[in-house]
Amino acid sequence: MTIVGMTGDEAVAYAVKQSKVDVVAAYPITPQTIMVERFSKYVADGEVQTEYVCVESEHSAMSACVGSSFTGARVFTATSSQGLALMHEMLYIASGLRCPIVMGVANRALSAPINIHGDQSDMMASRDSGWVQIYAENAQEAYDWIIQAFKIAEDKDVQLPVSVNIDGFIISHCMEGVDVLPDDVVNKFLQTRKPLFTLDPDKPVTVGALCFTDYYFEFKRQQVEAMRYVRGVLNSVCREYKGVSGRKYGVLETFGMADAEAAIICLGSTAGTARDVARRLREQGKRVGVVKLWLYRPFPTEEVSAALEHVKAVAVFDRAVSFGAPFGALCSDVVSALHGLDVSPKIFNVVYGLGGRDIQPSDIEFVFNEALETAETGVVKQETLFLGVRE
Amino acid sequence: MTAEEKKPGWKSLPMGAVVLEPGSSLKYKTGDWRAFRPLVENEKCVNCLFCWIYCPDAAIVRKEKWVEINYDYCKGCGICAKECPKEAIKMVEEQK
Repeated sequence: MTIVGMTGDEAVAYAVKQSKVDVVAAYPITPQTIMVERFSKYVADGEVQTEYVCVESEHSAMSACVGSSFTGARVFTATSSQGLALMHEMLYIASGLRCPIVMGVANRALSAPINIHGDQSDMMASRDSGWVQIYAENAQEAYDWIIQAFKIAEDKDVQLPVSVNIDGFIISHCMEGVDVLPDDVVNKFLQTRKPLFTLDPDKPVTVGALCFTDYYFEFKRQQVEAMRYVRGVLNSVCREYKGVSGRKYGVLETFGMADAEAAIICLGSTAGTARDVARRLREQGKRVGVVKLWLYRPFPTEEVSAALEHVKAVAVFDRAVSFGAPFGALCSDVVSALHGLDVSPKIFNVVYGLGGRDIQPSDIEFVFNEALETAETGVVKQETLFLGVRE
Repeated sequence: MTAEEKKPGWKSLPMGAVVLEPGSSLKYKTGDWRAFRPLVENEKCVNCLFCWIYCPDAAIVRKEKWVEINYDYCKGCGICAKECPKEAIKMVEEQK
C-alpha cells in the first residue's frame, strides 16, 4: 500500500498519468487548473509520452479531444463552470460521435454573478449531453474513478465520453491521503485502447457527416442504447477494480439503509458529512440513512428505487438550482425513479450550497430531523427547502 | 417513405454516424432541391467558363463549344445565370 498526500486535482492528474493517456487538450480554469497544470509538469519532465495540446479555449479543447479520439488515442481533458459551458456544443459532438473521452470536472458555480466556488450547476446543465456522469466524494474516489472511467468509456458497447466530477475546492483543493496503485497494476487493468474505427488513409471513413430527417433519429436511438449498457459495464469494471485495489465501487453506496425510516440522497462530498451525521444520530437511536450516488447519468433508476422504497421520507439534496422546474435535477430524477412504487416515500427537495455556501453537520442534522418528522406525520412541510440561504 | 426506399434501422447502422464507404456522397443527388432550372442557350455561350468557376456545386460540365449542366446535383441557385457575361443561362421554374 502506498499512501500519497494529494489534493483532489492532483489525484486526478496522477490517475491520468498512470492511465497512459495519449492526448491531453485543455485550457486552465479554477478550480480544475491543477489537474492539467500538474499533468503538464509530467509532460515537461518526460514522465509521460502524452501529446499535450495547449488550446485557446475550452471549445477548442473539446474539439481537439474529439479529433484525437478518432485517431484511436486515449484522451483526457478537464474543466469547470464557464469552461464547461463554453464546451457545451462540443459535448454533444463528443457523445454523438461516440468518442470515449474522459474529462475531470471540478464542479463550480456558473456566472452571473461570478463565483469560483463549488456547486454542481455546471455539470447539471449538461446532463442531457450524452455524457456518462460520475461524482466522487473525495480525492481517493477521484483517483479510483478516473482509472475506471477509461475502461467504462472504451468498452466496445459503451463508446461514450465520461465525466468524473469532484466538488470545486472542497475536494479539488483539499489535501488527503490517497492510496495509489503501482503503475504496472494500472497498465494491466487498463491496457491499450482498442478503437472501433481510426483515421487510416488506407481505410477511409467519414466522420461528422450531415445526417438529416432520414437517419438522425436512428443515431440518437443508438446513444440511448449505449447509455443502457453503462450500468452493467460499470458494475463489471468495478468488480475487476476491486480485485486489483481492494476498493469497492458501483452505481451507488448506502449507509444505514437496512432499517432507515428517513434518508438523505446526495452526490459528491456532502455524502461524507451526511454519513458522519447519520452515524451520530443512529447512536442516539434515530433510524436515518444515506444514499450516495456515484453514477448520475445514466440514472440508476432501479437501484435508487430499491434503496429508497422501504423508507418513509427522503430528502433529496441538489447542489444546483433548476429555475422554474418542479424540483432540482436530482430530485426530479428521484421522483421519477420512485413513481412506479405502490407506496412511495414522502419526498422533499433540499437546494443547498450554491456558490460554495458551506454545509455544516448541523445543517444536515436539521434536515434529518425534518425528514424524521415527515416520516412520523406523513406530511411534507415544504416541497423545496433552500438550506442556508438568508431570508 | 415508400417500400423500395426502406433504410436500415438503428441496430444495423455503424456506431457514431461514421460513413464507412468512401465517396458515398455521390449517391446523394441534390438536384431534387431545385426550384429553378438553369437552361443554357448554346448559341449565346462563348465557353468563357465563368459559370464553371462560380458554380458552388461543380455542376457545370465542360464541353468542347459550350457548357452543360449536371442536373443530378445542380441545386438551382442561379449563380451561373447571374455571372454569365453573355446572359446565355436562363433560370426557368421547374414544372411540377
